Amino acid sequence: MARAALPGRLTWRAATLVGERRETPSARTLVLDVPDWPGHLAGQHVDVRLTAPDGYSAQRSYSIASAWDDKTVELTIQRVEDGEVSPYLIDDLQVGDQLELRGPVGGWFVWREKQTAPVLLLAGGSGVVPLMAMIRARGTAKGKQPFRLIYSVRTPEDACYAQELSRRVRDEPGLDVHFVYTRVSPRKRIDVATINSYGWPADFTPDCYVCGPTTFVEAAADILVALGHDPKRIRTERFGGTS
Amino acid sequence: MNPLDGNAMAGDLRELFTVDVTAAHYTCAGCGHADAVGALILWGQEMGHVGRCPTCEDVVLRVVTAPDRVFLDLRGSVRLELPRTGS
Amino acid sequence: MGIISRGFGGRRRESVPGLPPGQYLTHDFPVLSAGPTPRIPLDRWSFTVATETGEKKKWNWQEFTALESEDVTVDIHCVTKWSKLGTTWRGVALDTLLADVETAADYTMVHSFGGYTTNVPMEDLLDGKAWIAYKFDGEDLEPEHGGPARMLIPHLYFWKSAKWVNGLTLMNDDEPGFWEAAGYHMYGDPWLEQRYQGD
Ligand SMILES: Cc1cc2nc3c(=O)[nH]c(=O)nc-3n(C[C@H](O)[C@H](O)[C@H](O)COP(=O)(O)OP(=O)(O)OC[C@H]3O[C@@H](n4cnc5c(N)ncnc54)[C@H](O)[C@@H]3O)c2cc1C
Ligand SMILES: [Zn+2]
Repeated sequence: MARAALPGRLTWRAATLVGERRETPSARTLVLDVPDWPGHLAGQHVDVRLTAPDGYSAQRSYSIASAWDDKTVELTIQRVEDGEVSPYLIDDLQVGDQLELRGPVGGWFVWREKQTAPVLLLAGGSGVVPLMAMIRARGTAKGKQPFRLIYSVRTPEDACYAQELSRRVRDEPGLDVHFVYTRVSPRKRIDVATINSYGWPADFTPDCYVCGPTTFVEAAADILVALGHDPKRIRTERFGGTS
Repeated sequence: MNPLDGNAMAGDLRELFTVDVTAAHYTCAGCGHADAVGALILWGQEMGHVGRCPTCEDVVLRVVTAPDRVFLDLRGSVRLELPRTGS
Repeated sequence: MGIISRGFGGRRRESVPGLPPGQYLTHDFPVLSAGPTPRIPLDRWSFTVATETGEKKKWNWQEFTALESEDVTVDIHCVTKWSKLGTTWRGVALDTLLADVETAADYTMVHSFGGYTTNVPMEDLLDGKAWIAYKFDGEDLEPEHGGPARMLIPHLYFWKSAKWVNGLTLMNDDEPGFWEAAGYHMYGDPWLEQRYQGD
């Protein structure tokens, strides 16, 4: 019998690493088993808390990469050199280990299957993670909404989910993906011309989702506004970073 | 230091409220702009969340988490519109 | 619950003796900000002291840097638990700035470009306890760290050392500043661990 989740405050719960995948040399997907997981929407995130033996603890947010499948929750972690948390999650956390997790949270940067508008996804680096959840949720629901992803990443080797993306583009009508490589000659950045060619015109009133390092998100969102997209239809998720 | 989106405080707020406050709508006391709390520009992460209006940069809300208490300061918003649980 | 993460050390941190309670030693200089970093051209910079009777005294950058400056080496303690030892600054003592100001006020509010404020009792600014610093480590103070000039009140938690300062209001009664209004301690003594209201 389905147990109705008690509406209440959210607390930390234990998650167990039950599987993993290397996405790129610097990114790893964690497959987590979270007892009593209530399900989630594409675009939501979780907070992860790590505690050292002396009681010191660190907390970070990670987007959920997977569409809800009734079983596990997947996160994809991109290494930040000298970072406190991401290298641990990539190098040290082993299958069978537990960590503390709070979520799913965030009901604003989400895509729901009932949305009918075309969708434009702009990803910078690890910002692809919640956008991949949206693509996967559309796939699971056999959605017909036209989806376009523009994915800015250093080199082809740094692109997460590359094989899955090309399979989905082949098998799922209405999905397009365009890569922008920032460290492969000729070095490119997401710019007006790219979004003009590979995005949707503002007249189509697409729902736009922009995610990645803060500097990427701000640059990409500015371009969308300059191209006439309604700021109300642009949702952003800044991941932070110093540069 | 670079800001985040209001969305990033969803977890801390969800520990206090039974609804998702980041999906609620605020109205800025400074300029009257109204939007989702998740769309605020979020500064100050280490000392607390400082949510600023994307239009006028005024502070709309602040959340400070002490070990045993949480302080929520809403003087920068004239109104917060929250969904009721179950609807 | 409190699961201990095997092999997780966290940021390199040392608990050395002699630090205020609950503090760790850091060797970098973390940047904390409650808003965008203002970039203030020196020809638009000024610092104004307003007394409780409404009298004002104002310095522009030339006038300010022509005042007698001091080199100070102090330990600083951030409420987010890092401490940094032996930091070197150059700045103008508040004693110098307030020397000719007529006042009987017991409290002050520090104001910054960008709207930040923090309250400090008058006596904590005087007798060689506080400076307006414009050099760090021998270099001009960078905008990220509060340049052109920031408050330096090392005996209180570092949020009291407001970045980008542009004025000081003298007050008869204490009032909360930016973080104090949001739950932080009115005074903020690191040795008494006065982090939050009521601590
Ligand atoms: C809502 C939300 C969702 C997120 N989802 C994901 C996700 O799905 N996958 C993922 O890998 N990350 C995600 N992040 C980023 C993540 O929370 C951490 O910031 C990141 O893992 C770095 O943490 P760290 O402890 O390794 O580095 P830290 O020790 O925090 O930082 C080390 C240094 O790197 C800089 N830095 C911090 N973050 C970044 C960054 N993102 N890019 C470049 N430099 C940085 C810091 O400013 C610092 O100088 C998300 C962030 C938010 C707010
Ligand atoms: Zn406003």
